[in-house]
Amino acid sequence: MLEARSVSVVAGSKRLIDNVSLTITPGRLTAVIGPNGAGKSTLLRVMAGELKPSEGTVFLDDTDLLKVPVARLAARRSVVAQSTTLSFPFTVLEVVMLGATVPGFGIRDSAAADAAREALDAVGLAEFETRMLNELSGGERQRVHIARALCQLATAPPSQAGTAAILLDEPTASLDLKHQCDVLALIKAQAEMGRAVMLVIHDLNLAAAFADEIVLMAAGRIAGKGKPDDLLNEDLLSHTFGCRLRVVSSEDGGRLVLPSAITGKAIMGAAAE
Amino acid sequence: MTAIDARFAKVAGAVRPARAKVFLALTGLLLLSAILSLAIGPTGVSLQSLPRALAAAAGYAADSSAERDRLVLIDLRLPRTLLAAFVGAALATSGAMMQGLFRNPLADPGLIGVSSGAALAAIATIVLGHGIAAPLIAPLGIYALPIAAFFGGLITTITLVAIAARRGRLAVGTLLLAGIALGALAGSLGGFLAYASDDRDLRDLTLWSMGSLSGASWQKVFAVLPFAAAICLAVPHLVRGLNGFLLGESEAMHLGIDTERTKRITIATTAAAVGAAVAVAGVIGFVGLVAPHVMRLLSGPDHRVVLPGSAILGATLVIVADIIARMAIRPAELPIGIVLALVGAPVFLHLVLRRGIGGGE
Repeated sequence: MLEARSVSVVAGSKRLIDNVSLTITPGRLTAVIGPNGAGKSTLLRVMAGELKPSEGTVFLDDTDLLKVPVARLAARRSVVAQSTTLSFPFTVLEVVMLGATVPGFGIRDSAAADAAREALDAVGLAEFETRMLNELSGGERQRVHIARALCQLATAPPSQAGTAAILLDEPTASLDLKHQCDVLALIKAQAEMGRAVMLVIHDLNLAAAFADEIVLMAAGRIAGKGKPDDLLNEDLLSHTFGCRLRVVSSEDGGRLVLPSAITGKAIMGAAAE
Repeated sequence: MTAIDARFAKVAGAVRPARAKVFLALTGLLLLSAILSLAIGPTGVSLQSLPRALAAAAGYAADSSAERDRLVLIDLRLPRTLLAAFVGAALATSGAMMQGLFRNPLADPGLIGVSSGAALAAIATIVLGHGIAAPLIAPLGIYALPIAAFFGGLITTITLVAIAARRGRLAVGTLLLAGIALGALAGSLGGFLAYASDDRDLRDLTLWSMGSLSGASWQKVFAVLPFAAAICLAVPHLVRGLNGFLLGESEAMHLGIDTERTKRITIATTAAAVGAAVAVAGVIGFVGLVAPHVMRLLSGPDHRVVLPGSAILGATLVIVADIIARMAIRPAELPIGIVLALVGAPVFLHLVLRRGIGGGE
């Protein structure tokens, strides 16, 4: 598992993350939600081993993450950033194959290409391999980067056993509804395959629909965590996000979070009828 | 089609020509240009004289025309061709590495002032070499210029990185602007040194500003050998790291790349390559910009292909430019920088307008 113990990140006089403890468990999809500036992305960067915490430690299967050499770490966790831009024109397959360029993996180009094609197939872009990345739509590009992250873990040498983690920072931010669902179903499937998945996401309803556990962050601290049904309550969310929110039950028993302006109108509309 | 050929074609898909074919064609062009460079010159000595020249070099033929052929072919054209190849390969590789590291298609050792810094150090070595700095410079012998140019390039590069680094990341816009400023500063200091120098030094110095291979000698070939070896040793350690940097520094780290190590090796290698190239041939622009872009258009942005390909292409470009430089207005010589800018600037503009150069998303 990937575990943060009492982690803080201090920048100047501001505590971006304040004494956060969090466990990302294999086989589960953990969604991190919270308002802008709550420290979600900073926490993800700390969990990825990219940012050194000012206090506290992140452990990967009881080893201090910062003591794991980057090449070995890359075999165990991959990251999909909020937005990745490329400075030069790559084909889709070339981008995904970059996931297999980890020093020490030492796999052949043909093996990397096979793994890359498998990953592209998994994200539903098998037909896109010779297209140029910069000609793709935002949603397609995001799926290419997810394929790259999958390719990275798929090509890791078998000697690197242990927790395999995927960390994603708002992978659905620029996607339409269908692609949001496709991408989250794909991510959920990765968790079901036994990977530890950390997902930073803004859309509370998507988080509720797909996550096994939700972590709510506010002002650098964890304001609550638990199963979607337990965590999504009106008072906690309204207080955390600083606006009036309604939680309504959908017909199939799920929870929906809506701004009260919408529910208010809907209720008034119902009353008028 | 060989098995490797077929595999590469399959890997890259229909959009790229097979890598093996690209390399075969590039190597053929390089050999052809090198043979032309040996065969053509203002003295009119042709390649047919090569056996006689070799015999003279080995001490078997003593008549004066054989001795002249030896001088022209073995002592003038051969080292000149080798140096042209080194300078082109070093500049093109440096350009490709800088573009990869800074994730910017415009990063070129000339544009961001590294060449100017190297040239300033070389100018200072020439002007002050028999003045106040003589005790420091004299013991270094023929290596004084390359070493000075190397440190000039290195100091400029480190200054640039220090200016452009923000919270561990290089701010590319700042880097380019700071590079232009540093280049201008180095240019003005060099101008001041030139103004203060005597006539003999001034003639040496004019070669630096526009580049020339007319001073080629075996001494200079031997002087750049260690630098060429260093670049060849460094490149295999860099390709994966630079590929990761194409996605961004954080992403490179996520991919398991030691980003600080990649940056340090790239910067040191670039400074060494540019320093040595400037030391033997002065400031030569456009090679570092054009060669990597042509390679990326041919074979994609993978540095395993871009770096060696740029080296071969850069070597060819400079050899051809040097042939033009010495033949266009013979018996006088054009500075090679003028030839390359004449050819390079329109090619570069064409690349910019084709949009392919900006890439990005």
